[in-house]
Amino acid sequence: MAVPKLEQLSKSVVQGPSLATGAIPTRDWMDIPVHFKEGNYAYPAKKEKVEYLDSQKGLSFPNARIWSPEDDDWKLPEDWKEIILNGLKERLGKFRSLKIFMDCCVRCGACADKCHFFLGTGDPKNMPVMRAELLRSIYRNDFTLAGKLLGRMAGAREMTVGVLKEWFMYAYQCTECRRCSVFCPYGIDTAEITIILRELLHLVGVGINWILEPVSNSNRTGNHMGLQPHTYKDNVEFLADDIENLTGVRINPPFNKKGAEVLFITPSADVFAEPGLYTAMGYLILFEAIGLDYTWSTYASEGGNFGLFTNNESMKKLNAKMYAEAKRLGVKWILGGECGHMWRVLHQYMDTMNGPADFLEVPKSPITGTVFDNTASTKMVHISEFTADLIKHGKLKLDKSRNSHVKATFHDSCNPARAMGLLDEPRYILDHVVDWVEMPENTIREQTFCCGSGTGLNTDEIMELRMRSGLPRANAVKYVHEKHDVNMLSCVCAIDRATLTSLMDYWNPGVRVCGISELVGNALVLEGETRGELDDGLRTLL
Amino acid sequence: MKYAFSFLAVIVLILIAGVGSQIAGMPYFFGVFVPYVAIAIFLGGFVYRVVQWAKSPVPFSIQTTCGQGKSLEFIKHNRLEAPDTTAEVVARMLLEIFTFRSLFRNTKSEIHDGPKITYESSKWLWLFGIVFHYSFLIVVIRHMRLFLNPVPEVVAFLDWADSMFEIGVPSMYMTTAGLIGGAALLFSRRLVNRHVRYISLVNDYFPLVLIFAIGVTGALMRHFLRDGIDIVAIKQLAVGLVTFSPVINGEIGAIFYIHVFLVATLLVYFPFSKLMHLGGVFLSPTRNMKNNSRAVRHINPWNPDIKPHSYAGYEDEFREFMVDAGIPVEKELPAQKD
Repeated sequence: MAVPKLEQLSKSVVQGPSLATGAIPTRDWMDIPVHFKEGNYAYPAKKEKVEYLDSQKGLSFPNARIWSPEDDDWKLPEDWKEIILNGLKERLGKFRSLKIFMDCCVRCGACADKCHFFLGTGDPKNMPVMRAELLRSIYRNDFTLAGKLLGRMAGAREMTVGVLKEWFMYAYQCTECRRCSVFCPYGIDTAEITIILRELLHLVGVGINWILEPVSNSNRTGNHMGLQPHTYKDNVEFLADDIENLTGVRINPPFNKKGAEVLFITPSADVFAEPGLYTAMGYLILFEAIGLDYTWSTYASEGGNFGLFTNNESMKKLNAKMYAEAKRLGVKWILGGECGHMWRVLHQYMDTMNGPADFLEVPKSPITGTVFDNTASTKMVHISEFTADLIKHGKLKLDKSRNSHVKATFHDSCNPARAMGLLDEPRYILDHVVDWVEMPENTIREQTFCCGSGTGLNTDEIMELRMRSGLPRANAVKYVHEKHDVNMLSCVCAIDRATLTSLMDYWNPGVRVCGISELVGNALVLEGETRGELDDGLRTLL
Repeated sequence: MKYAFSFLAVIVLILIAGVGSQIAGMPYFFGVFVPYVAIAIFLGGFVYRVVQWAKSPVPFSIQTTCGQGKSLEFIKHNRLEAPDTTAEVVARMLLEIFTFRSLFRNTKSEIHDGPKITYESSKWLWLFGIVFHYSFLIVVIRHMRLFLNPVPEVVAFLDWADSMFEIGVPSMYMTTAGLIGGAALLFSRRLVNRHVRYISLVNDYFPLVLIFAIGVTGALMRHFLRDGIDIVAIKQLAVGLVTFSPVINGEIGAIFYIHVFLVATLLVYFPFSKLMHLGGVFLSPTRNMKNNSRAVRHINPWNPDIKPHSYAGYEDEFREFMVDAGIPVEKELPAQKD
């Protein structure tokens, strides 16, 4: 679907009726059915991808079929309702968070205007409280006394195909960014709701291709791009070639090297597409500068985990490769690249799911001797923690003037900010490598706004939706772009690097996007280098 | 409609108690039986709900961090917003529970031409909430003077402090105004704020109307409808209820039974409604977990046994390419047959 012109959308987000329903509703939300049309939904998963995943040990993706959200008949299995309600019952027993979040909401509305999807679309069902009510109404109907006795009066409704369609619409208009959870007086986390909704939908074969294809690619080839080992290696070596052209220093990155001290894992997008490529060049330059004994892996070649956007089983299965590979290669600890949801999985899920990693050692920087006690159990360190420590100990020779073509600002990626508390390490690095300014205070740190396309929503068929949901972030960038001539939006997330680029091109032309490590790579002085004046840093075309 | 229904429901409750209590023999029903049943349902229901919650495990460490986590020595750790120890979690929870810290952060967003989105601090909800909840708490504690003999000093002090402005005779409690006013403001907010109006259910209006009515009947009893409000008899009944030897001496006015019946309704309603946020706020995993999930392993009791797609399987599929590309392999290619 064509994306509307900037002027049109600029007017529409201010004055226009809501996106999905076509009007500011006068009717009760339960009476407004969803309407799918080209452009407001992400394409369903291809049948063969679902079948492949279903064939994998430990995973269950039943009811693979060809279907379209626009059809009346979604070809659901006959007993779909029973499957959904049993699935919900099972999850209520497995997740205390779900029970508490179903029971405790008082509908105070504090979350309502905190959601980027709501701000961009004006659709009431994108208020986080309403997204939860879509599920809560069913919960009330089948699992609470009040709902059973009083029905709709108590906010309950029966599970119908219409409700299922509504779930599909709104579970995929949430990026699990957790901004609402910061403002909720009970910490109700819509990410939990969305995760459960998506899990339930997969039980009846309802999922989107932009997520399930990456899941199956990650499972088979190790990375979501589906890069096979030789291609992955080639891509990294191309980057080393570029570095040689720019700096005169030849880097020979090691792959699948047994006995290396550190295993390095980053999102595969970093070695595949601009502008992530420059971030990956930054990693290579950094490791070369400090002489790190490390290795890339082609088997565990994906930091990002599309399982988080699918269900906890596939999250676990994909994540398990990291420890398996660390064990096979005999490394001491793992270093992780810049990525958002990847780090939610690593910080909050990995150890629980696939630990204990007792075959690894507590990470210790071989350069500074710093022991990363905060990772004592997981044994996985974030590249920003690692780099900040190097800078603090004066181990990097940095020439800030090499970034003089850049005036940066910093986008806190949702998950490092709200699921990890990684806020000041990247800022510490920025202070040492570039001239930069903060965006307005309600849009940064724990209040940061999502890029609008996370959790597997960065697919082109919903571009208008993405530009809408990304508006709050873009608008804050626009402010510093106009006020401080900011021309670079830096971040620590691979999805951001891909999606914010489209977002900036649309809302704020002239602002580019980069990873923190690219700026480090720009500023870092390598021994023996013959780097001349590069007026665009690592992006300079020679 | 939803709010009108809530008023209707409360009016019906008032009529039941007002008329019912005047029928001979019924004061014992409304003054003794109903309170006992209500308390039993409240306590039983509350415990039941909390036990139900506790039965489900917390499989993952899903804390929401609202500040800098503990990492390097030179990075300042925000101990309240990204707690690393139990003491820090307790501090975070206490601030949440006693100061409504998350609500204090609240902002209001508006979209202007441009488009330009603005965010400004909006503390009304926080203020209404604080006034309402603290008033309610003090009102409940104050009422202990009716149930306990002798009256504990703390309760007597609260009673004195709450009425220190000595407005009216007997002097008005500030918290009575706070409770009634708070409920009215929270109710009005539901009607005025378009987001909240759209999401509000009967479940949201009803408890506010009910509590409003409880406050109003209480105030009426103290200040206006004093006929038949024999404080000695009431105290005797209240202490009797606590000591399981309730007696009703003489006639107590209908307004008393209405007040008690509305409170009983609230108690019965409580465990089956959103009012359980009182218990839930303590158990919310995003707030009560430590942000130390990389330092200490969190255990999932139902962790499924799922293995990754094996390296061996991966190498089997791509071995030829890997060997060609010079990537080390575990098993060499079979010797070429010429």
